[in-house]
Amino acid sequence: MVTLTLDQIGARYGRRTILEDASTPALKGGVLTALVGANAAGKSTLFRRIAGQMRGTGAVRLTGATKDDLRYMPQDTAMTAALTVYESIILALKQGAGGWRLSASELASVDSVLQRFGIAHLAERQLPELSGGQRQAVSIAQTLVTRPKVVLMDEPTSALDLYRQYEVLEALRSYAAETGAVMILALHDLNQVMRACETAIALSQGRILASGPALEVLTPALISQIYGIESRVERCSRGCPMMIVDGPAVPRSA
Amino acid sequence: MTALSLMSSSENAKSYRTLTARRIAVLGGLLALLVLSVAVDVSLGPARYPLPDVLRTLFMPSSADLQMRVVIWDIRMPMALLAVTVGASLSLAGAQMQTILANPLASPFTLGLSAAASFGAAIAMVLGVALFPAAIALMVPINAFAMAMAASLLIFGLSTLRGVTVETIILLGIALVFSFNAALALLQYFASEQALSAVVFWTMGSLTKATWGKVAVTAIILAVCAPLFARRAWALTAVRLGETRAAAMGVPVKRLRLETLFLVSLLAAVPVSFVGTIGFIGIVGPHVARLLLGEDQRFFLPGAMLSGAAILSATSVLSKAILPGAVLPIGIITALVGVPFFAALIMTKGRKSW
Ligand SMILES: Nc1ncnc2c1ncn2[C@@H]1O[C@H](COP(=O)(O)OP(=O)(O)OP(=O)(O)O)[C@@H](O)[C@H]1O
Ligand SMILES: [Mg+2]
Repeated sequence: MVTLTLDQIGARYGRRTILEDASTPALKGGVLTALVGANAAGKSTLFRRIAGQMRGTGAVRLTGATKDDLRYMPQDTAMTAALTVYESIILALKQGAGGWRLSASELASVDSVLQRFGIAHLAERQLPELSGGQRQAVSIAQTLVTRPKVVLMDEPTSALDLYRQYEVLEALRSYAAETGAVMILALHDLNQVMRACETAIALSQGRILASGPALEVLTPALISQIYGIESRVERCSRGCPMMIVDGPAVPRSA
Repeated sequence: MTALSLMSSSENAKSYRTLTARRIAVLGGLLALLVLSVAVDVSLGPARYPLPDVLRTLFMPSSADLQMRVVIWDIRMPMALLAVTVGASLSLAGAQMQTILANPLASPFTLGLSAAASFGAAIAMVLGVALFPAAIALMVPINAFAMAMAASLLIFGLSTLRGVTVETIILLGIALVFSFNAALALLQYFASEQALSAVVFWTMGSLTKATWGKVAVTAIILAVCAPLFARRAWALTAVRLGETRAAAMGVPVKRLRLETLFLVSLLAAVPVSFVGTIGFIGIVGPHVARLLLGEDQRFFLPGAMLSGAAILSATSVLSKAILPGAVLPIGIITALVGVPFFAALIMTKGRKSW
């Protein structure tokens, strides 16, 4: 089984410490893990550290997978290259694998990832002509086309409409279940987290406040501590957990 | 639903295959244009020879008369082929510079290489100083090469420093352009009449000093660099998706940028030192290739080389055809004819990339 463990991860930009002592128990593959925290808490920085794009203290331990099995989807989805969607996904597949020729099975895997994220109809469109949400879906497809066993996605649903959020999270859940991959998703919508993610990591000012089963992590107390928001967690009439926002805990002044 | 989507998926693979075939056809078309242009180039010149005679001299040199053999084989052929190698080199250099610096205006010229080369050449022509005294005969191109290489090594050196961004590199390049131009102006100010006109002629860019030796040197450099780029085709394409995304795909972005800058320096410095300033090719060639083929380097890389070569070769033809009996400096034609053509091209086929 694939697992990922963070062991006292630290990171800094220049003299500013951004992450300190970030540790988690072994995060299991096969389910979605949410990474939540306020703006500037250090979520993207943590991803960059795990993906090896940034140096720092501590270690990332993987079992059942190596660093080569890791794919990271950056938060920024801007893409200006003169490539079609199809070409960009072929690129994501072939970069690293090498070779100029494409086999039928490689084309089939490009097709299947396009299907899975509902963008098959965009295949021939140029990247710079896509809408924000379309770009995000393409970005997700680029990340998963190699069928990585460790996946980091920085706000994969931030530009998607309501239906597409649901559709994409379901597709990611089924990808995890099918491949046993460790999947960590930075998400701002806590209702999405409660609905789709088994586990959660709460990050605040560069420190991990809690990690574990999502519903145990996302308590009203923790939400108030991280976001300064009064909330309740209830169940909808179909039994689905959801967060109800009552308002700011302390009125925000300056 | 499933059946429908499955059908549309194989549909996508099929249209991708069609796209690939079309791109290969475009490359073939560019190659055909290039061959045609070279043929016309060889048959044109101050001395008017009938086409059959030209062909006979080309394919059966021993049966042709001596004077014509010399004109075709020792003057026109090297010129025509130098246009090809120089056009391909400068265009490839421009293409990869644009790729790694994420800037459509990057080229060996915007980064100061040609300004440096002009300055080096002027040192030879005005002051008579050879930077490498061993080769007095080749003083001008060697000085030009040395300065161009120095400029690119400066940029290269800077980009190895920590925390240096793409913007910094471009800004330094622009600073180099102005510095070398100022130094060149200073030299010109003190130059004798004769030296001045030599410098001015050199900076206009000209293929008239072509020799088989120069053709060979540029061809060899191209033959070394192009495969090195080809091996990095996917990585270079990935860089166009942005540095972070490329790194996330496993591209060692920083190392790739350094390797590319080094190859580009070599690729641009030599042609510039042989032919002077033929500025526009490094921007137009890649843009034409990008419009026709997109930026998948498997097609973009050969496309940029072919379009650069074809454009410079066609310009060489024009430089002979505009004023019968005279060969205008090719650098002037590239700018005069190239700029409006280029403007029309990007206005009519404006893609949203960049
Ligand atoms: N390249 C950088 N150089 C210097 N500081 C940076 C850099 N990138 C991020 N930071 C700082 O690090 C801190 C954490 O940023 P990070 O991007 O990790 O936050 P985040 O949790 O992803 O926020 P968001 O929810 O807004 O995406 C912020 O204070 C930010 O200003
Ligand atoms: Mg972020």
